[in-house]
Amino acid sequence: MQNLGINVLFEGTTLQRLFEGLMMTAGIAFISIIIGSFLGIGMGLLRTSKSGIVQFICRFYLEVFRIIPILVWLFIVYFGVTNALDIHLDGEIVAVIVFSLWGAAEMGDIVRGALESLPKHQIESGKAIGLSFWGLYRYVLIPQAVRRMLPGAINLSTRMVKTTSLVVMIGVIDVIKVGQQIIERSVIKVPTASFWVYGLIFILYFIICYPLSKLSKKLEAKWEN
Amino acid sequence: MDINWQFIISTLPLYQKAAWITIKLGFWGTLLSLIIGLVCSIILYFRIKILKELVGIYVELSRNTPLLIQLFFLYFGLTKIGITMSETTCAIIGLAFLGGSYMSEAFRSGIEAVSKTQIESGLSIGLSQMQLIRYVILPQAFAVTMPSLAANCIFLFKETSIVGAIAIAELMHVTQDVIGMYYQTFESLFMLVVAYLIIILPLSFLLTWLERKVRYAEFGN
Repeated sequence: MQNLGINVLFEGTTLQRLFEGLMMTAGIAFISIIIGSFLGIGMGLLRTSKSGIVQFICRFYLEVFRIIPILVWLFIVYFGVTNALDIHLDGEIVAVIVFSLWGAAEMGDIVRGALESLPKHQIESGKAIGLSFWGLYRYVLIPQAVRRMLPGAINLSTRMVKTTSLVVMIGVIDVIKVGQQIIERSVIKVPTASFWVYGLIFILYFIICYPLSKLSKKLEAKWEN
Repeated sequence: MDINWQFIISTLPLYQKAAWITIKLGFWGTLLSLIIGLVCSIILYFRIKILKELVGIYVELSRNTPLLIQLFFLYFGLTKIGITMSETTCAIIGLAFLGGSYMSEAFRSGIEAVSKTQIESGLSIGLSQMQLIRYVILPQAFAVTMPSLAANCIFLFKETSIVGAIAIAELMHVTQDVIGMYYQTFESLFMLVVAYLIIILPLSFLLTWLERKVRYAEFGN
């Protein structure tokens, strides 16, 4: 039988290795999203503060991440910070640090938007019935804000999952790196390997991100009314 | 930490060349994205059969996959089945493929925001569908959608940092090379950040200014 290129995907442990690579990618994304969300909520609360200096610092922090590409941040931490402090950090750790900080900045903006979009009378009524600061946030503002920020937060998560593809550039063995190894191994036997392997990784990312973005759209439509 | 200014000055021409490549890629990527986005959103508006489904599939595919893997597929994958493109073509196509869907979503939401009375008034004074799009819908949609178009534009300029992965000597790639060759990590990264600031900050100001200008066209203000 003629050797079809697609068979390269089903030889030996190829699929299993790709899956392990994918787990690395997903793991980095997952941990970063969790840390980023927690930091982001704090960030969002800070951004509703009335102090000009606090607002300026938070805004500056956000803009710094918006203006400089994430890949540059990965490089700065991976090559620059480690060099300056004379320490060694694994690519995985660097990725988690950068994605968490970036996630915190973006999540902070989403939380702030949600809190500010709440009608003013909610805060005032809360205060009028004598809730403390924490009570106000705990029982009145946060439950309402969560609904409004969920679509944005899920969207951010898909963006973070997509951006984890960049970790291959700082030497993490993620799904793309595994794909490259497979292609290099089989390139003589199966010249079309790169078409199939990259095609598969393309589809794998799609399978992860598509349900998330659909969910976010659905929630948005549901809560708009 | 001592900064080696000598080194910075000596690599300045290298970075300058790379910055131009980044700007060029960003410009063409944004321009093509705008065209693709406009065409897609008009297809969606007229609900043209088949094409509408194709646009839907394209938007979902491009929004839910990372640019890096899109580029690898275009550059390393397609060449194996007989479609070979130069790095630059590949990069611009990749950016346009990614940006097109973002722009299309932006235009679509802008078009949806144009009120029904506007469209009906247009039709009732006897405008054809094309005239309606040209004179009534697009000018208003443009005003509404300008902030997201601006955000997408900056996003695409930042995404050019990724095309270095397919061997284009843009800023990121040059920095990687310089770090590898001379080991002046701090200086190289410093130059990289400054270069991005020089490109993106003015762009951001320009777009904010444009946004304000366009808002005058908004109906009812």
